[in-house]
Amino acid sequence: MKRPEIKKKNTAIPSKSLSRRTFVTGAAAGAALLAVPGARARYRPQAAPQTLRGNVFDLQVGYTPVNFTGRERTAVTVNGALPGPVLRWREGETVTLNVTNKLAHDTSIHWHGMILPSDMDGVPGLSFNGIRPGETFTYRFPVRQSGTYWYHSHSDFQEQQGLYGSIVIDPADADPVTSDRDHVVFLSDWSDESPHDIYAKLKKEGHYYNRRRRTAGDLWNEIREKGVARTWNDRKMWNEMRMSDRDISDVTGYTYTFLMNGQTPDANWTALFRQGEKVRLRFINGSAMSIFDIRIPGLKMTVVASDGQNIEPVSVDEFRIGVAETYDVIVEPDGDSAYTLFAQTIDRSGYARGTLTPDPAMGAAVPDMDHAPVLTHRDMGMGAMSGMGSMDHSRHGAMKNMGDMDHSQHGDMSNMEDTDHSRHSGTGSTPAYTLHGGRPELGGMQGVWYTGNLGHAGHGSDSPIAHLPSEYGYGVDMRSQMPTSGLHDPGIGLRDHKQRYGRRVLTYADIRNLTPTIDRREPTRELQLHLTGNMERYMWSMDGIKFNDAEPLMLKYGERIRITLVNDTMMTHPIHLHGMWSELETGDAEAIPRKHTVLVQPGSKISYLVNVDAYGRWAYHCHLLYHMPGMFREVRVV
Amino acid sequence: MKKTIILCTALTAPAVLAQGHHDHTQTAAPVNTYPATRGAGQNLEHAPDAPDHVMDHEVLLTKVTIDQLEAREDDGAALEGSAWFGGDRDKLWFKTEVERAEGETEKKELQALYSRAISPYFDLQAGVRHDFEPESDSRNWAVVGLNGLAPYFFEVDSALFVGEDGDSALRLEAEYELLLTQQWVLSPELELNFFGQNNRETGTGSGLSDIEAGLRLRYEFTPQFAPYFGINYEKKVGNAADFARDDGESTSETTWVVGLRTWF
Repeated sequence: MKRPEIKKKNTAIPSKSLSRRTFVTGAAAGAALLAVPGARARYRPQAAPQTLRGNVFDLQVGYTPVNFTGRERTAVTVNGALPGPVLRWREGETVTLNVTNKLAHDTSIHWHGMILPSDMDGVPGLSFNGIRPGETFTYRFPVRQSGTYWYHSHSDFQEQQGLYGSIVIDPADADPVTSDRDHVVFLSDWSDESPHDIYAKLKKEGHYYNRRRRTAGDLWNEIREKGVARTWNDRKMWNEMRMSDRDISDVTGYTYTFLMNGQTPDANWTALFRQGEKVRLRFINGSAMSIFDIRIPGLKMTVVASDGQNIEPVSVDEFRIGVAETYDVIVEPDGDSAYTLFAQTIDRSGYARGTLTPDPAMGAAVPDMDHAPVLTHRDMGMGAMSGMGSMDHSRHGAMKNMGDMDHSQHGDMSNMEDTDHSRHSGTGSTPAYTLHGGRPELGGMQGVWYTGNLGHAGHGSDSPIAHLPSEYGYGVDMRSQMPTSGLHDPGIGLRDHKQRYGRRVLTYADIRNLTPTIDRREPTRELQLHLTGNMERYMWSMDGIKFNDAEPLMLKYGERIRITLVNDTMMTHPIHLHGMWSELETGDAEAIPRKHTVLVQPGSKISYLVNVDAYGRWAYHCHLLYHMPGMFREVRVV
Repeated sequence: MKKTIILCTALTAPAVLAQGHHDHTQTAAPVNTYPATRGAGQNLEHAPDAPDHVMDHEVLLTKVTIDQLEAREDDGAALEGSAWFGGDRDKLWFKTEVERAEGETEKKELQALYSRAISPYFDLQAGVRHDFEPESDSRNWAVVGLNGLAPYFFEVDSALFVGEDGDSALRLEAEYELLLTQQWVLSPELELNFFGQNNRETGTGSGLSDIEAGLRLRYEFTPQFAPYFGINYEKKVGNAADFARDDGESTSETTWVVGLRTWF
């Protein structure tokens, strides 16, 4: 089998750095292996995951032998399949799920994005005790929503080992989205290494899996292009801050094989359509650590739902799907051709792919991966850098189209040194924060809480950026001074795709709820929560405090709050709030979209409203699996 | 082997060793501390009675690093390595340096240190150092030092030593990694040793006593397994150089080296 040649056009990184080691695209030696007498049969997942319908389900969590790379490994699966079966529910019914644990360890299943009672949420330690080996736990809850969701383990690192699957809920009434055919496209990342080994390696050497580190050759090219003086200036801040502009993904194609519906790129998951059909593709990113950019060369995609919720249709060529997000798109393929469903990772270290075709014998070309992104000062929360001499404009022509940047609020940028002064900057007329947001009686975690002049629901936050003293410890290597809004930003690596390839890329600003906003209340208080970390020590936290040192975040039942996430790191974090919707503030109060997982771009901020309408203890965390041990909070609604 | 120290065991056994293991009465309060509010009871049917959340335990790890395990010209050899055990903030560190030249052990020391993260890139380390002296009495030192990553990506290790007899010494080490490719790494390093006094027995002199500089080119088959070759230069200066000359020894030495760098 031919391994796709990885070529990069117009790349900022010399192509040599990629040519040696590409990611594993599957068991390339599979055919030869099968010819060897006595060779063990390879794991052959079903062409499409099995679909289970009804309202009572028996699910067995157990071990399953798999072979994605030529080496046999043991996966943790539901009903022996990877991904597990598609659970097809109907809005308005009550579902019962008997989950039996056949592992030697505890397990659990969390129904991601479902609005349900907290004791059905499946988070050990918060919702229940977990499911002990040999035991069966019965989940039962009413289904009060429709759309595309998914489920996964919330125990240990089982998400990395295969314990995941999709949920498709048919609406009680007529579906506003019509299609002739419906395919789930479940993306995930597989490693032959144990997740505990991956985590340990990251803790011991944070850049372990980064095979695109800056080399002497890169430096030489930069010097030839810009001269010594400018190169020195451009590198200066990175060097002083001990940060790498190539630090895009913690875990990469160096160890991962990327799967589409459990199939390697070589195995090529194939979906059929007939001429003239409208096809609904339900994309789910069930990866442990991989953010994907999805496109189907030759086809426009009409995005009709985000995180299960219907949105006003928006036609795009490409979109980014964060870990745990879901997007439904409609495509209307031409009956004469086959198309490649192409999902490249954010760092371009690999891809998952499948084929949409009218005829199983007909294939489509697999495109080259796009250029790999390089971080800029902006991704360190240094603002839009319009006047920065040291900024590398040459590679980032796309920055002009960032419509959302408020240059006026960016003060003096010459002071790159990160000091305590930031807490006091601009205190003249700006409102001060309190540590409990006017509700000290609730106790729990202190944070940057603003009350009073919060602006209108749907329009986001203008509150000053404030860093708590807890952000000034050994666990935090960066603080964004002037975070830009993440709304209009398609994200690192996608910003120039319009100019470079003529592709329209989805941004959060494009997402409008299909139906008008129901809850028109203004938020009464606003929490500014900072996503923090230290790449060198591989520590992750919120407000500089790791989960095991943190107190719960206390919310009052019935209140409506705003949460503004400020990303004080250079990674893109998908933040997931359990139990309640994250109502994304896209600037349009009339059609506020509801999400369960929100991507927060590096060095940027984003706001959403939360209707605190669910009692109990909920998890609130970064959905990158190896960030979860620290970047995690309990949210307690009383 | 690594599994014994990571999350899955933290699940089944209480993480007795976990430092910073916070007070559960705060974060995992018994369920009856919920205010009695409408709907709350219904949600608590399966509420956990034991705080066993998977993320609620600090992960303790062990890392063993062999920076240099090498053969040198003229029947020489060297070992430089370290091992740590612990969590994010507190670690127990061991460091060792062994040097042989012309078939004889010239230096053999072991440090045992408590290490505490004090800033994003630096750990403060304090403990003891033991020198195994083949010909004279072994010596013990108290150690306090800073270990970490300096701006411009210099790995630095600095330590102040105070001996039992009141002797003092200062060691400064810096290392840089220049990636020629993703696998070929050129690594220059420099070590300076200062002493507060002359010592004829050990051949060290007051002030700057000796300099060691190395340049090693390694190939990372994996990030954890990298054979290398290189050149090592040692020079005695000041009084130490005088002592060496008095003993009829050379004051500087340049040797080719070949070795292995690895960690696990």
